[in-house]
Amino acid sequence: MAKSPEEEHPEKAFGWAARDTSGILSPFRFSRRENADDDVTIKVLYCGVCHSDVHSVKNEWGFTNYPIVPGHEIVGVVTKAGKNVEKFKVGDRVGVGVIVGSCMKCETCDQDLENYCPRTIFTYNSLDHDRTKTYGGYSDMIVVHHRYVLRFPDNLALDAGAPLLCAGITVYSPMKYYGMTEPGKHLGVAGLGGLGHVAVKIGKAFGLKVTVISSSPGKEDEAVKRLGADSFLLSSDPAKLKAAMGTMDYIIDTVSAVHALAPLIGLLKLNGKLVTVGLPDKPLELPIFPLVLGRKLVGGSDIGGVKETQEMLDFCAKHNITSDIELIRMDYINTAMERIAKSDVRYRFVIDVGNSLTQ
Amino acid sequence: MVVSTEQEHPKKAFGWAARDSSGVLSPFKFSRRETGEKDVSFKVLYCGICHSDLHMAKNEWGSSTYPLVPGHEIVGVVTEVGSKVEKFKVGDKVGVGCMVGSCHSCDSCANNLENYCPKMILTYGSKYLDGTTTYGGYSDVMVADEHFIVRVPDSLPLDGAAPLLCAGITTYSPLRYFGLDKPGMHVGVVGLGGLGHVAVKFAKAMGVKVTVISTSPNKKEEAIDHLHADSFLVSRDQDQMQAALGTMDGIIDTVSAVHPLLPLIGLLKSHGKLVMIGAPEKPLELPVFPLLVGRKIVGGSCIGGMKETQEMIDFAAKHNITADIEVVPIDYLNTAMERLVKADVRYRFVIDIGNTLKSSS
Repeated sequence: MAKSPEEEHPEKAFGWAARDTSGILSPFRFSRRENADDDVTIKVLYCGVCHSDVHSVKNEWGFTNYPIVPGHEIVGVVTKAGKNVEKFKVGDRVGVGVIVGSCMKCETCDQDLENYCPRTIFTYNSLDHDRTKTYGGYSDMIVVHHRYVLRFPDNLALDAGAPLLCAGITVYSPMKYYGMTEPGKHLGVAGLGGLGHVAVKIGKAFGLKVTVISSSPGKEDEAVKRLGADSFLLSSDPAKLKAAMGTMDYIIDTVSAVHALAPLIGLLKLNGKLVTVGLPDKPLELPIFPLVLGRKLVGGSDIGGVKETQEMLDFCAKHNITSDIELIRMDYINTAMERIAKSDVRYRFVIDVGNSLTQ
Repeated sequence: MVVSTEQEHPKKAFGWAARDSSGVLSPFKFSRRETGEKDVSFKVLYCGICHSDLHMAKNEWGSSTYPLVPGHEIVGVVTEVGSKVEKFKVGDKVGVGCMVGSCHSCDSCANNLENYCPKMILTYGSKYLDGTTTYGGYSDVMVADEHFIVRVPDSLPLDGAAPLLCAGITTYSPLRYFGLDKPGMHVGVVGLGGLGHVAVKFAKAMGVKVTVISTSPNKKEEAIDHLHADSFLVSRDQDQMQAALGTMDGIIDTVSAVHPLLPLIGLLKSHGKLVMIGAPEKPLELPVFPLLVGRKIVGGSCIGGMKETQEMIDFAAKHNITADIEVVPIDYLNTAMERLVKADVRYRFVIDIGNTLKSSS
């Protein structure tokens, strides 16, 4: 007989979970494994609310296994460190992002690309090595193998830094991989939400000229005056789109709704690269002629490995980059999720787990 | 009064042209410009029939103006060179591919990427610098700027070399640019036609393991025994496709009909690259999830610059690569086009211009 989530493991844990495709979250008692020799136990202080959490609680991608405790932008302090753990000690400020495990022996893992390992274990809704389900950061504590724990730089605020653990690495990794770091080049950022606003900040830190591409005219001021983008392109204005054709070296496309790729491809210069990091649930239409005639490419990218995530955190600390957040209490989460679905947040909700998650 | 095509230029020329979107070709008298100081004139001996010729003859891309003399896989022997021409002399074996002009002042031109120059002039169906229409290689004589002339190495037979001027560069360039040319890599080639068969030959010469991916099981023997592909995958066979998931570093997709990308993306290893060189006119469905979780890319490529075209043909000479061709007389042209529609050719028709295109005058 399968054990209940409360009885599965020896360490009591408490969080909020969704039980069905309504996606509504509510208090949930469960358990975590004993802290093993390679593990670190973390008291969760803050957890970012990623759009993926919203997709997952409603089973929009079709592979949710209920009950689900989301949350993969987790920061907190170490309360226990196993005897093999050298990098962390009790009291350290740490983070956990989207992955908590991988096979650790394939070529991909050897190359520090645990996110592309065929056996990646995700922070929530995955099966751990012991075949039990992983539960995420909308909870009071988490036990993680030290390899997947990030050191949080001292000058990075824990609450505003939390979203970097998913949003940050999700845009930083493709910028590095696809070579979008040459100062003076022109980067377009499509979509100004959790991912987009961090992409603008990181793009500027790389010395790029940044244009925010959005269908919402109301975001222009934000983009240019507050986030420091060099310009704003209203994608719903055909004349403006036409004038900007062939002007961008790269585009990071953060939009997760189904949307037209043709106009974005048209904005690229010769050899331009459009990298999509948003996850629409249906295929997009890809016009081939413009790819062929301009030797352009459309690529994907999926978070980043642990080593690169640490590099990203250190880069953000050096450039004073954090996310723009709205701090919320745990019991606001369902309202927060509704607001995310309407893009009504500037730009990430972060749950004040330490102060508001009470049994 | 509009000057007729025969009187536009001083040099008489004769070829076959399409007159309307039926695409039917017939004899056509026209004229070529005098050999300018930077020009090379050559007697055309052979011209390959590219699938683009068919699309253009029938105005399938909506950009054709008639009369249209197709042909951009043109080879022959130099008959005259302008006073400032340095690289060629009378008697040289030369060729012209898809372009005869570009602006020479933009970034693309400066980087030997004339094929991406916004003012690039196509060998046929374009407006030349003097405002006249360009006519292609289904004709007896060509005049082109030295910059756009390719030397055909002596060791290559002219007829088998002709298709390299389009099909060759179209497949060679992306193999290099997208880094799919490293020995030991595994590259898939989708479609075994004019482009596909040359892609297999180039990739094999680069030391790459090649799998041909096709909807036709009966192409397997050809692919393996004749073209020396390492393996063959029937794209409609679910079991075969499943077994090949995540095994390819790259795929060169030569298919210009609308077709699903999802199975091809699945064949790629993580970080793999699907490169489109066939160009379906309608958009294809791009599944984003697999692109993301495998950090894969879909890219495009269009012919290549002049420097790379010369490099390609020298590479072909070194590795004894020519196209597999069926040589046809000029009056077979319309039948050849009909057969091309049905992909009934192994793998390129080449018109024997030198021996069969005779002006009636």
